[in-house]
Amino acid sequence: MTKSRIFWGTIAPTAAILNSLLFVYIILKIRGVDPVEMFKLMVSYGFDPRNLVSEINQTIAYYMAGVAAAIGFKMLLFNIGIDGQYRMGAFFGAVVGAAVSLPPILHVLIIIVTAMLAGGLWAAIAGYLKVKRGVNEVISNIMLNFIAAAIIAFLLSPNLLGSLPEGSQNLQTKPIPQSGQMPTIKAFEGEIYSVIFLALFVGIAYWVMLNKTVFGFNLRATGLSFRAARASGVNAPGMIFITTVLSGAIAGLVGMGTLLSETYSYSMAFPSGYAFTGLALALLGRNHPVGIFFAAFLWSFLERSAPVLEFEGVPPEIVIVMQGTIVLSIVIAYEVVARINLRQQQRAVGSVNAESVSNQAANVKESK
Amino acid sequence: MSNVLEVIGIEKKYPGVIANRDVSLQVREGSIHAIIGENGAGKSTLMKSLYGLIRPDAGQIKVFGSEVNLKSPQDAIELGIGMVHQHFKLADNATVLENVILGSEPTRFGFVVKYDQARKKLLEITKNYGLDIDPDESLSNLGVGERQRVEIAKVLFRGAKILILDEPTAVLVPQEVDELFANLRELVKNGLTVLFISHKLDEVLSIADDITIMRQGTTVATRKPKETNKKELAELMVGGELPKPKAGELKVSSESILSIKSAAYSRADGREILHDVNLELHGGEIVGLAGVEGNGQSELIELIMGLAQPSAGSVQVLGLDAATTLTREIRNAGVAYIPQDRQRDGLLMSAPLWENRILGHQFADPMAKGVWVNKGAAIEDSKRVVDEFDVRTPGINVLASALSGGNQQKFIVGRELTGDPKLIVAAQPTRGVDVGAQAIIWDHLMQARSKGAGILLVTADLEELFSLSDRIAVIYSGTIVSILNPAKTTPEDLGLAMTGAKSA
Repeated sequence: MTKSRIFWGTIAPTAAILNSLLFVYIILKIRGVDPVEMFKLMVSYGFDPRNLVSEINQTIAYYMAGVAAAIGFKMLLFNIGIDGQYRMGAFFGAVVGAAVSLPPILHVLIIIVTAMLAGGLWAAIAGYLKVKRGVNEVISNIMLNFIAAAIIAFLLSPNLLGSLPEGSQNLQTKPIPQSGQMPTIKAFEGEIYSVIFLALFVGIAYWVMLNKTVFGFNLRATGLSFRAARASGVNAPGMIFITTVLSGAIAGLVGMGTLLSETYSYSMAFPSGYAFTGLALALLGRNHPVGIFFAAFLWSFLERSAPVLEFEGVPPEIVIVMQGTIVLSIVIAYEVVARINLRQQQRAVGSVNAESVSNQAANVKESK
Repeated sequence: MSNVLEVIGIEKKYPGVIANRDVSLQVREGSIHAIIGENGAGKSTLMKSLYGLIRPDAGQIKVFGSEVNLKSPQDAIELGIGMVHQHFKLADNATVLENVILGSEPTRFGFVVKYDQARKKLLEITKNYGLDIDPDESLSNLGVGERQRVEIAKVLFRGAKILILDEPTAVLVPQEVDELFANLRELVKNGLTVLFISHKLDEVLSIADDITIMRQGTTVATRKPKETNKKELAELMVGGELPKPKAGELKVSSESILSIKSAAYSRADGREILHDVNLELHGGEIVGLAGVEGNGQSELIELIMGLAQPSAGSVQVLGLDAATTLTREIRNAGVAYIPQDRQRDGLLMSAPLWENRILGHQFADPMAKGVWVNKGAAIEDSKRVVDEFDVRTPGINVLASALSGGNQQKFIVGRELTGDPKLIVAAQPTRGVDVGAQAIIWDHLMQARSKGAGILLVTADLEELFSLSDRIAVIYSGTIVSILNPAKTTPEDLGLAMTGAKSA
């Protein structure tokens, strides 16, 4: 059973990635480039130790976004607001971190908790609107992303919470003192954020919560069938709200690696686009913590190794094409696998029925 | 007058049930022909056959004198048969005209819609048949009665000569019913024929030219309103003989398990669904709740389970006030719930059986240990349910959706009867299951009763109602109109009470 589950779980993503490789292969071929050479080049560049470290660091951020999206998916929520939630988390984490002075470990904890609170509360707006007013979370979250960006831009002005360091054009929050910074791990030829342990913890906690606890059961039940969950005694609207907040809280952690181990302050230079990436990764990783990890690493790897293509005259945007085809293929592949699976089960059920019917017939004959 | 529609010996079997057998019907041209019968009497199956939605296993259908073979609704429409469904199939954000022509737009070159021509044709129809609707009104502004007229216009637009209306009055208020009947009379005056499905004897007697009664999948009689009365119709509907109550000693305890006092319930839009409902249920007895579907049964169950709050009165379940108690606490106190719509309310269709075993029991031992789900116990007990209730499945890791409906139902009943519940709310517990499974489920319900559980049995199956119930409460139009003793009840009493003809 377990073996076949792993098989069915991995066959779809593998097929999707192969399909995307095939697609890119054809494109490169048409361009007159040798695709195999290209792939080789990407792999050797991507697995270069220096690049590997930055890929791992990027994977951490993507992983958090992926888990945040996956929690939402389990409830049939499309949390496109991860972007805004992550910004709110990173920004308020940075502001609070710079404002307090505490002993080292406690200081870091306060920043992390603040970030989760900020992300969660921001998501709570969308959750409230959905549960109480029936507003589709996609629409509210897209708007909340813009509002979050605007609020932060406003608060970053020098006379409020921001500052403009000398010789810089980049508005940022005041730096977090040493006690609030997280160490890095020296590996290969770089430094890996120690937030990786937090990501590990988030992944494990997510899995345990979902599969082992009553809360997780209620969450999944509500996602599978709102009415059945309600009839079973679950406060289904409440579960939708809490799940939204939880997803936002995890999204609040996306920027922690950069903030606590690299920049020590939030600035407008923090990247955007985590919402789409997070959703794509949760989809590719099938909402499973291990699957999301591989998906996140694949994404980081592709993005990091893209520039090398430029040396060979191939536009690095080919990587985006690859990511896009992976996501498209995965949606189809999962549906196909799910249908095959159901049909197999129905066939098994059918054979049990046929057996019992023929047994009954035999009994009838005997009794005659 | 000649027969426009003739049905000869139609039969339709589904696995385990015979939905229609030996159904015969003759519909005269220009008449309003009513078809009445209980839930599950086979009316819908017959209508589906006539509209080409399903194909009968045997028998003939003749339209305008010639035998036809309906493969799809398209075939039926081409022959001039139109169907007005009980639940309207209209687009809210389009106009009346757009709704009417949707799917059969007159076009130029196959893609340019000829709106002018369509409007002219629609106006002609509305004028000829006295259907009061404005083609350019947006549908979202229309009330239920007007929407129904749009549905009728839609069918006429497609050239229907025979209209089938599936319980058209179920959704209407009395004035709207009068308007509808005026429209129907206008239609037959113009040579059309109307087939009218209903539960309500008063209406049928006032509007129909012929009344055909169906019972247990077959047509039992046809009468003219002048030659019959409500009594006779009720008796024909319910059947001459009622199943005898099962012998079994009655050990009713004095403990009140369910006590409903002058309860009322109104929907969010203000419409009152239940009013002044009174019902007492004691341990050790089965109270059957009889009634035509849609008279407030579902809402009453929601009140008992704490899924909805009464707007007046009180609902006490095992001493708890259901209005202020959470559903999970009601369940934990010992209430089992077998929902009417098993796939939507009773199961997680894309979850394995063992997870479905937990559903509804996740807040108490043994399915939960503190905050943790007890997977081991769930797996063990799922196996027991599968064995005891003869659920046909290769294992408990199978998804609920892979099982047949009857086996899903057996699993739900098995799950809910676990742990000796004190109150069992069983809505249609054997709907769609085969005879063998029905016997198993009945047997377990009777066992629960002898162990002292009180059971509220909501059912449309008369055999089930009479074989199991110690008392029968009849619900009509949102209130309990009479409490009957199954041993002394005549079919006439029950039929009249259920159709609102008599209130005791």
